[in-house]
Amino acid sequence: MARSTNHTRPVLEVHNLHVSVGDNEILKGMDLSVKLGEVHAVMGPNGSGKSTFTNVVAGRPGYTITRGDILYEGQSVLGMFPDERARKGIFLALQYPVELPGIRNREFLRTALEALRAARGETKLSVREFNTMLEAKAKEMDFDPDLMKRNVNEGFSGGEKKRNEILQMTVLDPRLALLDETDSGLDIDALKVVARGVNEFRGPEKAIVLVTHYQRILNYIKPDYVHVLIDGRIVRSGGSDLAQELEAQGYEWLREPAEATTGESVGATGRSS
Amino acid sequence: MTQTAEATDRYVRDFDALREQRAEEPLWLRDLRREGFDYFQRMGWPIDEKRDEIWKYTDVKPVARTEFRNSEAAGTTLSDRDIAALVPFDGGMSRLVFIDGYYVPGPSRVVDADNESVRRLSDAVRDEESLVHGHLGRYSEPGHDASVGLNTAFFRDGYITSDHAAPVVTYPRTLIVAGKRVEVTLIETYLSLGPRNHFTDPVSEIGLGEGSRVTHYRIMRENTESYTIGHVRPCLGPDSTYKSVVYQAGSGLMRLDLEVLIEGEGAFADLKGLYVVGGNQHLDNLVSIDHARPHGTSRLYYKGILDGKSRAVFGGTVYVRPGADKTDAYQEDKNLLLSAEAEADSKPSLEIYADDVKCGHGATAGAVAEEAIFYLRSRGLDEQTAMRLLIQGFASEILDGIKIESLRAHLEQVTMTALAGVGATDPSLQEASA
Repeated sequence: MARSTNHTRPVLEVHNLHVSVGDNEILKGMDLSVKLGEVHAVMGPNGSGKSTFTNVVAGRPGYTITRGDILYEGQSVLGMFPDERARKGIFLALQYPVELPGIRNREFLRTALEALRAARGETKLSVREFNTMLEAKAKEMDFDPDLMKRNVNEGFSGGEKKRNEILQMTVLDPRLALLDETDSGLDIDALKVVARGVNEFRGPEKAIVLVTHYQRILNYIKPDYVHVLIDGRIVRSGGSDLAQELEAQGYEWLREPAEATTGESVGATGRSS
Repeated sequence: MTQTAEATDRYVRDFDALREQRAEEPLWLRDLRREGFDYFQRMGWPIDEKRDEIWKYTDVKPVARTEFRNSEAAGTTLSDRDIAALVPFDGGMSRLVFIDGYYVPGPSRVVDADNESVRRLSDAVRDEESLVHGHLGRYSEPGHDASVGLNTAFFRDGYITSDHAAPVVTYPRTLIVAGKRVEVTLIETYLSLGPRNHFTDPVSEIGLGEGSRVTHYRIMRENTESYTIGHVRPCLGPDSTYKSVVYQAGSGLMRLDLEVLIEGEGAFADLKGLYVVGGNQHLDNLVSIDHARPHGTSRLYYKGILDGKSRAVFGGTVYVRPGADKTDAYQEDKNLLLSAEAEADSKPSLEIYADDVKCGHGATAGAVAEEAIFYLRSRGLDEQTAMRLLIQGFASEILDGIKIESLRAHLEQVTMTALAGVGATDPSLQEASA
């Protein structure tokens, strides 16, 4: 995929972002810039702030932004509710998709798509048009059609939940997709299905930020850029070869000297906090 | 006694005043009424020092202290169109309409198929005395408690006069006798036609013969100024099935006792409930299942949606008597609190005196999960839509079990209308993005 340089303004800009949960500062000056057409991977050990980053971009409550800004299409999103951000084109595939008892998957998706299409000034799809579209997308994702009739994520396996997130992404068709550890807990075959969905989605009018702990998914979704997030800051950025380096050497060598614990074994899991 | 003398006196005067009219009633019925009234006179309402464990959370002083006039039916009647608006779900079924406890022939109808089986209780007393005699007061004994006592003393239906100055009390009485392998579907609907205070003391007695099936819907939507203290008593014969769905959205103060007796082997009781309350409503459901015979199964699932300063009490008791082996009982009560000031109290209890039984219970109460709201909003749904979907989803577990499509649709609509204002604000989110 060619790196898009045609768009002068990045779709997502994160400037010196500081985020706390309670008294605990998680992000300590994160910077990131993503343009349309690009796929960025943000990698890092447990506790580095990866999920915090995706959640604050999507507007999840519970986080306090103490400094910095998040711009989407040049506009700060900090005052916006999650649904406003979604209607502008931001999508988050959750690390832990939520079960919604009594809400059927199909109705949920249809209601959501209606809200988004209305916001985009698009006409309402008929139930039949929607069903046809959904069926085709579900098929691409090897998604059991029966799951559409079930309550959202209720009784789904871990893999089904993750695939459901990607299915939602392809149906809702956002401009910026944040995937929060969509690869974790996935069997290799399920991972390939998810990767296929993401690759189909990929395009010059889309931006994707893949947050992951492991390099594994990057074998199937080739990123344009790889960033390493450690202790709330991007400490290294590079091309996709950086991911391989991380796979081989772990994260420890990238920690700031003052923070690295001498003698600790080098491992992909790094340290958790 | 701390019960105000006036209120009790009123009942005494009313009871005596009715003696003359009652002269036409069979002696056994007059005895039954006397027995009920004696109980009430002796015991009164369960207030103050008489307030025992099962009334722990519910204070019926407002009922005990109000001097209710015995209802006289209004000159009001309802047109078919009124009925279609109020009860848009009984197409094709027989329908008996009572206003203030009095039968109203106009909008009532009995379809041909039910000619032999559905009738006013007073007609049944006259025409099928031995049948009624064999069942009335057998399941709901006159001395069961104050509400059954009063109902037995006063229930009636009949002529029509007018004028309501003081709050009135009505005593609806329903008797269902389901013979061997008979199937009955009953929808009981309680509505207020105006905003004034009144007291309803309904008693429903249900005898289920061998292999019979009774499906009993109970829709309680009286105004929030009113009081209800009611009693439902299904007695299940061998291999019979009693299915109940209780929908409660009305009354300012409501206590409903559903006391199921499994008195035949292999009977099945399936009890579902949905209550939707707000404001200052106080609702107390006491549901007891008495497994007296072996191989009985009971399932109880009640869900509540509480807004405002409302309070819902749920007391569920499963009682497995000695010898009622192979009993399988489960009860669960879940509450969704839409306001920090709403309160739900659940008191499930199991008393087991038999062997080889399977019993369990569970109870929960909590707010709508914040992560669920976020999930829906992150997909583009505004907060109000997200809340509505979640509440609908919560209610659907009960409402989806309603087999009468028009009734289900009606209750879905009633539920969402009752909760129309919900989800308008969410301070936590504003705080987070500030």
